[in-house]
Amino acid sequence: MASTERPLSPHIQVYRPQITSVLSILHRITGVALTVGTLFLTWWLVAAAYGPEEFTRAQSFLGSWFGHLMLWGFTFALFYHLGNGLRHLAWDFGLGFELPQVRKSGLAVVAFAVVLTLITLIAAYAAGGGS
Amino acid sequence: MEMRSSLAHARGLGAAKEGVGHWWSQRVTAIALVPLCIWFVFSAIALMGADLATFQDWLRPFGNALLMVLLVIVLFYHAYLGMQVVIEDYVSGEAAKVTVLLIVKFALFVLATSCVMAVILVAIGG
Repeated sequence: MASTERPLSPHIQVYRPQITSVLSILHRITGVALTVGTLFLTWWLVAAAYGPEEFTRAQSFLGSWFGHLMLWGFTFALFYHLGNGLRHLAWDFGLGFELPQVRKSGLAVVAFAVVLTLITLIAAYAAGGGS
Repeated sequence: MEMRSSLAHARGLGAAKEGVGHWWSQRVTAIALVPLCIWFVFSAIALMGADLATFQDWLRPFGNALLMVLLVIVLFYHAYLGMQVVIEDYVSGEAAKVTVLLIVKFALFVLATSCVMAVILVAIGG
């Protein structure tokens, strides 16, 4: 009974991106990215079970410039998804649904993610992990 | 002529009946992941560049091994629930949708089990 040629909604081609919609899709993008990141978590743990050589290989990949770049990305994705997840939990309690509040909490989540990512990076390099 | 009541009609065409359970599981795992992820970030910073002996010494205490297994189980369950929603929303066509869902769910289950086995092996191994 479903016709296959029905138009899909929303018509994202004609919608002007807004902070609400951009942050909403970013929650899904970071979620999917973090799911892909579980591949690296699995590699890291399984390499440790395999032995010193495999573990060293995993650690040196994660310690390479590309590995660091990737980890920075996952760090930001984690903190964004965490912050926006808390925002979703507040909505589940019926809090903060007015548009000005939604914009404000959105900006707060972005600031939260950026600041925590920076703190984590500073802590990581200060801990001597930059080697 | 429509013989069924509006309620019966709505029920017949309703969702898959599992929506509430999915919704709750997603929230419960999300809350559990807040402290677990913070613990993981601290741990990952401490373990940057570590060799296997250091990593084993870190993972061997029961508390760390337990938290790692908890993180893995809750994380993969949360990812499984989230990926399901994303796939259901964006993959069109029943056959493609079911195929992608099965592949992703199998893959996440294999990854989760691999992580748990690896943690146990490292924690009890020499």
